Amino acid sequence: MNQTPQPNSFRSGPDEDGRFGIFGGRFVAETLMPLILDLQGEWEKAKTDPAFQKELADLGAHYIGRPSPLYFAERLTEHLGGAKIYFKREELNHTGSHKINNCIGQILLAKRMGKTRIIAETGAGQHGVASATVAARFGFPCVVYMGATDVERQAPNVFRMKLLGAEVKPVTAGNGTLKDAMNEALRDWVTNVDDTYYLIGTAAGPHPYPEMVRDFQSVIGVEAREQILEAEGRLPDVVIAAVGGGSNAIGIFHPFLDDQEVKIVGVEAGGRGLQGEEHCASITAGTPGVLHGNRTYLLQNEDGQILEGHSISAGLDYPGIGPEHSWLHSIGRVEYVPIMDQEALDAFQLLTRLEGIIPALEPSHALAEVIKRAPKMGKEEIILMNLSGRGDKDIFTVGKILGMEL
Amino acid sequence: MTARMDNRFAALKAEGRPALITYFMGGDPDFETSLNIMKALPGAGADVIELGMPFSDPMADGPAIQMAGQRALKGGQTLSKTLELARKFREGDNETPIVMMGYYNPIYVYGVDKFLDDAISAGIDGLIVVDLPPEMDDELCIPALAKGINFIRLATPTTDDKRLPAVLKNTSGFVYYVSMNGITGSALPDPSLVSGAVKRIKGHTKLPVCVGFGVKTADHAKAIGAAADGVVVGSAIVAQIAGSLTKDGAAGPDTVAAVSTLVRGLATGVRAARLVAAE
Ligand SMILES: Cc1ncc(COP(=O)(O)O)c(C=O)c1O
Repeated sequence: MNQTPQPNSFRSGPDEDGRFGIFGGRFVAETLMPLILDLQGEWEKAKTDPAFQKELADLGAHYIGRPSPLYFAERLTEHLGGAKIYFKREELNHTGSHKINNCIGQILLAKRMGKTRIIAETGAGQHGVASATVAARFGFPCVVYMGATDVERQAPNVFRMKLLGAEVKPVTAGNGTLKDAMNEALRDWVTNVDDTYYLIGTAAGPHPYPEMVRDFQSVIGVEAREQILEAEGRLPDVVIAAVGGGSNAIGIFHPFLDDQEVKIVGVEAGGRGLQGEEHCASITAGTPGVLHGNRTYLLQNEDGQILEGHSISAGLDYPGIGPEHSWLHSIGRVEYVPIMDQEALDAFQLLTRLEGIIPALEPSHALAEVIKRAPKMGKEEIILMNLSGRGDKDIFTVGKILGMEL
Repeated sequence: MTARMDNRFAALKAEGRPALITYFMGGDPDFETSLNIMKALPGAGADVIELGMPFSDPMADGPAIQMAGQRALKGGQTLSKTLELARKFREGDNETPIVMMGYYNPIYVYGVDKFLDDAISAGIDGLIVVDLPPEMDDELCIPALAKGINFIRLATPTTDDKRLPAVLKNTSGFVYYVSMNGITGSALPDPSLVSGAVKRIKGHTKLPVCVGFGVKTADHAKAIGAAADGVVVGSAIVAQIAGSLTKDGAAGPDTVAAVSTLVRGLATGVRAARLVAAE
């Protein structure tokens, strides 16, 4: 990595074709292309429109509950005996995760574009719930595609979506997980381009989605940066987040990318280990390819067929990753590491007992990395972690694994 | 751009009828059977062959073609083997144009230059790659044209007059008009809407304009072929294959014959097309 020339800023991408280095782009069917160009135009206008920004900020404050707190995890810090650990508490947001930040932004765009129907894909169901929520709030019919496997393991969220008035369509193609749900959402979109807005839930997909989702999620890092400066008078030494498609991670990373002294770590799902195929570590164990509208690191075989990943957490169970992460990896600005199912499960339990916070299984992966690193760091050093969601949705999965009667 | 493609469309023009373009999935349900299907197509009346390249995530395809791809992959099909199918077919037929159709990732992973060289030596005449719009021309379209392989673009109902020139700019061989906003295997839209769209596109290009998506029967072929230079049939053929398989998904005794029968019927449709047009 040392030889790669470093750009002046790590925050200037993508270029006008939606590329972050060789990653990103717009690999979509012709039917969708005019719409994607419209979306880009509308997004360009909204970005600099004070009325749009004000509406976004108002909804952020009064509907989502922003700013989310920055919390010093005193007992966890004590327990690990090293670096001071801070959580950015996105799990306290309305609907229980960071996903709502993006949904509020995109639904305002859908409204501006005159669309009348919302579709979304979901893995853990957090994005599905957030989409169903904003659809209810703004009066749109909403269809959520969800892999049949995920429908089963995230039953509480399926019920929430239905209560919110969304139609949940189980997808049985493939392994019935997130990538299959995304394929099906894309099929719906090409069929209903005229009236339908596709609310993508992560910082992936064709341009302008990766940029747009990042910008909507960057509120996390912008707030956290101010909050840590206020609390500690300086920036953290390490920022850590879990990476599925990469939206909570890029949201907290982006405002720190040009702070060279801040080490940034993305945590991928190592599943049952990287040797076989039962993991979702697209960067650590994948290769570049083209899927779902962008070029990025993918889990695939030597024939370019996409593999089904595995993770204990449905939200990390995606064989790709947002293109900006692929770029940040390729230039060496962000380090990506895997965490295994068992490590995440242990971290989940530790946090629950030590801090009285039940984390989602996704940020439990980030937490497991914190648990590895903190003891090796000095007591004056600081780790900032994105606690992207709460674990209510996961209690049945975890209960089953732990053999508890519910 | 390749002689086979140009000669075929010139001959059809002289004959005064549209082309019948038949799609099937390479390797469905296994290599040998699909080679036999491919060999049977011209005799049954196919003028151009679309050879499907299976992909694990066919985002623009309906259930019939999705399942064909899964069968092929399960049978061990790869991009190399799909090229091999074409090579074997060419041993006995150097006239029928072959267009490979699929998604970009397997080609990208194979390596664009190596793929194009191997495609040329296998006797491929054109490529249709669903997820490469004109904005992505540098990836495969420009390199393909430089090496003499047609890059056949999809135009759709959302491709308006403003965008059409960009879509047609680097297109060669023929233009593939997608009859509807939707995925393969959907119902055929009103033929009069389709013929209006074909006329609109013909106002912008001298290339043959062929229509696909939704064409399943000889009557469809006849109706759509009245205005178009070719009709593409895919899901119906693939469904015919699916219907002929044994319980465990292996080739049945009549798999190849079933495809031939369907294609012979479709061929009567295109042959009757211009009679309607002349009425
Ligand atoms: C709480 C939580 N964190 C993280 C993720 C992973 O998504 P992303 O990488 O886009 O943040 C999910 C996805 O469902 C989630 O629910």
